[in-house]
Amino acid sequence: MYDGKYIIPGLIVFVALATFPIWKNMGNAGVAPNPEKPKGVTKCVEPAQYMRTSHMKLLDDWRDEVLRDGDRTPIEVDGVKYEKSLMNGCMKCHEDKKKFCDECHTYASVKPYCWDCHFLPKETF
Amino acid sequence: MDIKRRQFLKIAGLSTIAGLGAPAAFNLLLKGETSPVLHASSGGGAEASHEAAPTGVRLAMVIDQRVFDAKEGLAQKCTTACHTVHNVPNFGNKKDEIKWIFEVPFEKAFTNKSHYHKNEHLHDSSFLVLCNHCDNPPCVRACPTKATYKRKDGIVAMDYHRCIGCRFCMAACPYGMRSFNWRDPRPFIDKVTYNKEFPTRMRGVVEKCNFCVDRLARNLQPACVEACGNTGAMIFGDINDSHSEISKVLAENFTIQRKPALGTNPSVFYIV
Repeated sequence: MYDGKYIIPGLIVFVALATFPIWKNMGNAGVAPNPEKPKGVTKCVEPAQYMRTSHMKLLDDWRDEVLRDGDRTPIEVDGVKYEKSLMNGCMKCHEDKKKFCDECHTYASVKPYCWDCHFLPKETF
Repeated sequence: MDIKRRQFLKIAGLSTIAGLGAPAAFNLLLKGETSPVLHASSGGGAEASHEAAPTGVRLAMVIDQRVFDAKEGLAQKCTTACHTVHNVPNFGNKKDEIKWIFEVPFEKAFTNKSHYHKNEHLHDSSFLVLCNHCDNPPCVRACPTKATYKRKDGIVAMDYHRCIGCRFCMAACPYGMRSFNWRDPRPFIDKVTYNKEFPTRMRGVVEKCNFCVDRLARNLQPACVEACGNTGAMIFGDINDSHSEISKVLAENFTIQRKPALGTNPSVFYIV
């Protein structure tokens, strides 16, 4: 190889720089998201673990039931009835989108487009 | 084996024809009929017949033009009520306009009726038009994503999540009752009166009247009907229920529909 004495150290430096973020954050998971739970309510419509992993599926199912089958039967948890709705259901308890939704969505770098159409609680636009 | 290129091609061609043709021929001969053409549609049998569904709930509306003619401003009141309840934006220009219910002159509403020497009141009055919630909706058949669909109660509804903005439904609707969001509607919604319980739409989706499905679910009348109050200008109900008010009104009055000859079977009736 011609100029190996330049190329190989150059490559090493390049790889080291390119992978710098990995080295730097080694063993550090970053700040875990901590969504704010609603006050005064302890039980969601499904167990917390299910909600954590599958809330998007639940919302999709609700949407199809409500829109297509016209089934708007509220979900009852501990005697409290919740509407099958993002705006008029979920967000009644989880009032603050920034402290609840965004907390994990930002961490996971997902950008759902719910709020293009749906209103945030107390939204002034 | 001694086989010539020409012979091989002949045999291969014949086998292909036999292989493709035989099942079709068998189907035809065994069943004694050609298999029905399967529509890649979401109409769910809506296209099966041009007759109105005889059973089940079929929600419909009667618009009594006599009352609207007598009460000036009532139609405008209906439009405002509807557009407020559903967060319909006002862009302030005709090009981008979104309309769920609006007024048009007789000849625009009833294009296939004679306009020759029509009487004076037809000349002056404007008719409220809205989605006809057809029993045989062409828009539903046109939609490639099933974003628009027909509910069991006859309402032709939309799921804006699924709408890709192809506007096939707008081309398919013979009444021009659908509007496209060319721009983001959010900034053009009245910030004082908007309805916090009902979402807006986003740029790139089609929208139209939904017969107030959300209000019906809460046992309310559609917003436009409610705006008419007890004037009887608009009557809403189930036309398959012979005891409903709308059935009585339909039985007692001569009504017309928009473009009935198309076989879409509109659910909006007019008393002129």
